[in-house]
Amino acid sequence: MGDQILTTVDWARAQFALTAMYHWIFVPLTLGLSFLIAFFESIYLKTGDEEWKKLTKFWMTLFGVNFAVGVATGIILEFQFGTNWSNYSWMVGDIFGAPLAIEGIFAFFIEATFFSVMFFGWNKVSKGFHLFSTWMVALGANLSAVWILVANGWMQFPTGMAFNPDKARFEMQNFWEVALSPVAVQKFTHTTSSAFLLAALFVVGVSALFLLQKRHQLMARRSMVVAAVFGFIASFFVAFNGDESAFNVARRQPMKLAAMEGLYQGQEKAPMVVLGVINADKKPGDNLPAFHQEVKIPSMLSLLANRDPDSFVPGINDLVYGNAARNIVGAEQRMITGKIAVSALASYKLAKEKVDAPAAAAALALFNKHKGDLGYGYLITPAQAAPPVALTFYSFRVMVVLGTLFPLIFLLVLFFSFKGTLEKQRWLLQACVASIFLGYVAQQAGWVVAEVGRQPWAIQGLLPVGVASTNIAASQVQVTFFIFLTLFTALLLAEIRIMMKQIKIGPEV
Amino acid sequence: MIGSLDHTTLQQLWWLITSVVGSLFLFLTFVQGGQTLIFTTACSEEEKSLIINAMGRKWELTFTTLVLFGGALFAAFPLFYATSFGGAYWVWMLILFTFVMQAVSYEYRKKPHNVLGARTFEVFMFLNGSVGILLIGAAVGTFFTGSSFSLSQYNSVTWGTPFHGLEAALSPFNLAFGLFLVFLARTLGAMYIVNHVAHEPLVQRARRASWVNLLWALPFLLTVLFGLLTMDGFAVDPATGKIFLEKGKYLHNLIGMPAVAVLLLGGLGSVIYGVVATGFFGKNSGIWFGGVGTVLVGLAVFSLAGYHDTAFYPSVTDLQSSLTIYNASSSKYTLTVMSYVAIAVPFVLAYVAYVWRLMDAKKLTLEELTGEDAKEMY
Repeated sequence: MGDQILTTVDWARAQFALTAMYHWIFVPLTLGLSFLIAFFESIYLKTGDEEWKKLTKFWMTLFGVNFAVGVATGIILEFQFGTNWSNYSWMVGDIFGAPLAIEGIFAFFIEATFFSVMFFGWNKVSKGFHLFSTWMVALGANLSAVWILVANGWMQFPTGMAFNPDKARFEMQNFWEVALSPVAVQKFTHTTSSAFLLAALFVVGVSALFLLQKRHQLMARRSMVVAAVFGFIASFFVAFNGDESAFNVARRQPMKLAAMEGLYQGQEKAPMVVLGVINADKKPGDNLPAFHQEVKIPSMLSLLANRDPDSFVPGINDLVYGNAARNIVGAEQRMITGKIAVSALASYKLAKEKVDAPAAAAALALFNKHKGDLGYGYLITPAQAAPPVALTFYSFRVMVVLGTLFPLIFLLVLFFSFKGTLEKQRWLLQACVASIFLGYVAQQAGWVVAEVGRQPWAIQGLLPVGVASTNIAASQVQVTFFIFLTLFTALLLAEIRIMMKQIKIGPEV
Repeated sequence: MIGSLDHTTLQQLWWLITSVVGSLFLFLTFVQGGQTLIFTTACSEEEKSLIINAMGRKWELTFTTLVLFGGALFAAFPLFYATSFGGAYWVWMLILFTFVMQAVSYEYRKKPHNVLGARTFEVFMFLNGSVGILLIGAAVGTFFTGSSFSLSQYNSVTWGTPFHGLEAALSPFNLAFGLFLVFLARTLGAMYIVNHVAHEPLVQRARRASWVNLLWALPFLLTVLFGLLTMDGFAVDPATGKIFLEKGKYLHNLIGMPAVAVLLLGGLGSVIYGVVATGFFGKNSGIWFGGVGTVLVGLAVFSLAGYHDTAFYPSVTDLQSSLTIYNASSSKYTLTVMSYVAIAVPFVLAYVAYVWRLMDAKKLTLEELTGEDAKEMY
């Protein structure tokens, strides 16, 4: 039984990761490119220059090809909460469902309604209304990001809710705490600005390809300047709120921060490992070294995590086994109290069923005393409380290194554009083309840090993934995993081929 | 005002809101119906493209309404979301697959280097309009025939069959419900073509298709109506919350809620009027009567399932696990918050209607498909 549940959970996680990763290939481009198209069309309307219209329509074609698969993978994500995570849907649906419904009402309809005007309304509506529609598509797409990221932010930092023992679920107590939690706000700003950055890289990269091929040079130069300015500004937002994000993680998800840094033993003046080779044999609580090789900056982690270079940063061992000297209660201790809470909840339900009021009151009092650790009661071993360290550590570094590289590329593009020698910098143009792929790598790495770093929790500290999944045979989820894998891969291949063909055709036709 | 509503009223209000969204989705399945007409009503590639482009302006609205229907159910009735999606796993997965196929088909069908070829994407559209709608109908049918599941004391669902929902399609009632929706969608699709396309040969065939498909829908409709009026239903004792089987429950619901009977009969009458006006009197506005009629029929069906002390998602293997709008709903606080959010719905409907009117002011012609913006066409 236990093995089967674990296997089902593993397949459900794999399927969700697969869908989310494919979804996030398409969505960031939609979020950023929609704004770039709106900029291009605004310039067209302002100048009346038909070249800008041609340019707008070219990027719009690529936007449409990309948009379709984003929509297709998005619906799967929404319904997968029900199909593969039905216990999750019940236990937190009272809170989690609301942002999804609001996303539908406020964002998707804007997107869906004005999308058809944007694509088919050139000769049906006025130029002004067409531009308005293009802006509305950009607004709608980014509004949808608000609500899904509010939902995701709540999974990272659950707030504004309470557990109802009668219903055995979490219920919303304060909508504004959920919608405006610092993690939700930071998630939105970091994610959307990184999406803008990716779209800018895409436009810069495709335009660089045209310059390398000496085709559509006017269009390419114009697109590159607008996109590079947009991307350069976005880069600073990404860096700024990325730092805020790490600060938030240190406060609300210290285990994730410890995994991001491969920090097992908490310390004052904690150094940051700039580059390192993780020791794959290392486990929480053992004496093996965490790294085979490492390059550190002294006190940097303490500074970034707490804004104080001398401060203490807890490590994985502190969070798993506790650290009395630092008043840290570890997962080991929380599992003990968590199991008391689980047992008290079962006693409470039984007493209610038998209409035994005194027993129910006693069980409820015991449950209320320990309910903060309820989720830990479902863990099997203390070490389970730690996420996969190597994957989180390396993904974080990939994201940061690439995130540092991109503003330099935008800056160089702008520098040589204004110098009028961009076409001669073939090395830079080639780097721009390569940066499209690197942009996608950085996006995926960012989400790996966010989601793998949260494991083993579906809802941080409250609901482990093992309890959240559907009670269904692993083989069934396995089958749908491979169906999705085949379907998404076919769609991705089709998308890439269509995109490449459209780029080859260019804006003339 | 919303803040002073009690939990029961909010639960009933949210069943109404989700019913409205679900019923609007049923109307918007004219897109799916239109997709199936490309193989039966179009006689050339040009006509096929006309149908696909006519539907292509609206496919996202249908898709979005389905997503909102799912989101509203998740937010308002999370136990239904958890039970049905987690339990009737394969039905929902197959429905999703067909909608994923649809989402890319419009954009990719005519694009060069699309890997699978135009014909494959047309088959995807057909599958979405036929299998997808059939399964949605079968899933809605289980609101009356029930499913095999039980819930633990923590509301974790255990499904009673290894087919995880596919068994629903074997029930004659559910199957008839699904087939009725398929032919209704085709009827609506044909009426939308008449309304939106300026190509006389295709329009004439669409006029014929509207009444032919309604005729095909009739036996299935009658099967559903006969079933509804005669079957045992899943009643709730309002005092204890206990679920029990009641003979003629849905007939009793109709008698007990005469407004619902009016909705049902008025809706069916409106659809029939729309088809007759389209098919025999050369009118182009039949889609609006068909649309309003479909929404009314949808509201009647959801009302029969959810109101008047009825379990809307019954379990045939463990009656007490059946879901009612009271035991499956979100908390009072969440429903109140969501009710404030729902105030935006009329505004959403208003701008959707405005843009629809603007975009449909001129009919779709062959010239448009081959003109300046031919590259953007589906």
